[in-house]
Amino acid sequence: MCGIVGLFLKDKSLEPQLGSMLSQMLISLSDRGPDSAGIAIYGAPSRNEAKITIQSAKPERDFRGLEAELAKAIGTPVTITVKSTHAVLRTTPAKIDEAREAIQALRPDIRIMGAGDVVEIYKEVGLPEAVVDRFDVRSMTGTHGIGHTRMATESAVTTMGAHPFSTGADQCLVHNGSLSNHNNVRRELIREGMTFETENDTEVAAAYLSSQMAHGKNLGEALEGTLSDLDGFFTFVVGTKNGFGVVRDPIACKPAVMAETDQYVAFGSEYRALTKLPGIDNARVWEPEPATVYFWEH
Amino acid sequence: MPATKLSKTAAHDHASRVFDLDQMSLRELNQALHNLAPGSNETAWEVLNPKGNHSVAVGVDQPVTIDVRGSVGYYCGGMNSGSAITVHGSAGPGVGENMMSGSITVKGDASQYAGATGKGGLLVIEGNASSRCGISMKGIDIVVHGNIGHMSAFMAQSGNLVVLGDAGDALGDSIYEARLFVRGKVDSLGADCIAKEMRAEHLELLQGLLDRAGVTGVKPSDFKRYGSARTLYNFNIDNADAY
Repeated sequence: MCGIVGLFLKDKSLEPQLGSMLSQMLISLSDRGPDSAGIAIYGAPSRNEAKITIQSAKPERDFRGLEAELAKAIGTPVTITVKSTHAVLRTTPAKIDEAREAIQALRPDIRIMGAGDVVEIYKEVGLPEAVVDRFDVRSMTGTHGIGHTRMATESAVTTMGAHPFSTGADQCLVHNGSLSNHNNVRRELIREGMTFETENDTEVAAAYLSSQMAHGKNLGEALEGTLSDLDGFFTFVVGTKNGFGVVRDPIACKPAVMAETDQYVAFGSEYRALTKLPGIDNARVWEPEPATVYFWEH
Repeated sequence: MPATKLSKTAAHDHASRVFDLDQMSLRELNQALHNLAPGSNETAWEVLNPKGNHSVAVGVDQPVTIDVRGSVGYYCGGMNSGSAITVHGSAGPGVGENMMSGSITVKGDASQYAGATGKGGLLVIEGNASSRCGISMKGIDIVVHGNIGHMSAFMAQSGNLVVLGDAGDALGDSIYEARLFVRGKVDSLGADCIAKEMRAEHLELLQGLLDRAGVTGVKPSDFKRYGSARTLYNFNIDNADAY
């Protein structure tokens, strides 16, 4: 089943509430997927630092001293903010790729959840409320974000099998559905040089979009490509550094409701995810059409 | 059940009960509706703050009116038998699923498979209905003021589907004996569904359906009728490509 949510703010005055709004939306869909949950938040950009979100099953061991060791390895200051099993490392944008490699060398058990100028990604096994509490998501601020609560069908219930999946800088995706040609698409993307962390079908969709955008397509064009190149059931909600997109497969079995006001664009698997948003009673509420791409950019 | 949370309007002969789903659980609401005995004076019900909840007023089997003030989630009014439900908002997937009799009116839009497998009664959607509207309908009448999505009336067996707007792809795929009336354009017809002649008896039937749904200013002659070509009823090897 799975439940997905997305929130793209137009009104800057709501930015301090992004984390709490998105948390409430996700928790309202808990019974669509009790296995695991995750959230990606796009915070305020900073000119001189980029972020890497990392995860470890043994955070006490893996995060201790990492800041200093990584700074030494890449020759640039690094800061670390630990939240439970996750941590966000900040350093100069030019050093991000080097830092990713150094992290893997210094701490082979650490998993990289995502990286970019603004995105932070938190996901774990457990109910949405537990995940939101664990990472203090309610207090997070930002411009847009997406979330997912999972009922696993295609691969194991693990932290890495939870959504969102991020396969490119500031790009991430959540998915309700299941893909049937993901093995083929994965093979093609591996041939292009992309790497995969899991056997999960959704990671393939995320990587497909990253690949399309790396070839110069914008978010809308990349989403358009999923309609011909991915086979199966899907409602995707996608975040990029400054954008937010939605697409459903042509059969459109997986539910989707959207709402738009002057203040925001919101997505929920069901209307009940949207009921506590400000001004919802007067919002334009609609079901996204099958095989139709919707996207917004700041 | 805490009686203090129920209000009774003494001004009317028939008592009105108000359920606020912010104060009471959905189970309490549905249990109270199921507890109604034949001939009960509690004939007018109002549900506040449905907020997208699933299964609001499912399985009601008494001739009461139920006004739901807001939008509902999955399966509102499912299995309805005799009650008249009005949703003053939009409805999620499966509104009126397997309705037996009575009526459901949705003032807004309806999501997927509205009226699925319905055996009787009248379902009116004043906005649009999305995909699979009336799938496997078995006698229900459905009137949609707006448009309907793809794969509507798939395997529809009997009953009538009236659409004042347009229909999406594959209308009436593998249809049996349901009658489909569409005023606007049809993106495509499904397997074994064909346009049919609108005879006097159909114009009369359609006028009756429009009247029952409270639709005015629309002429039955503006509609086209679609139904089964009856070539897929029994397996024929020559039809193998159509399966």
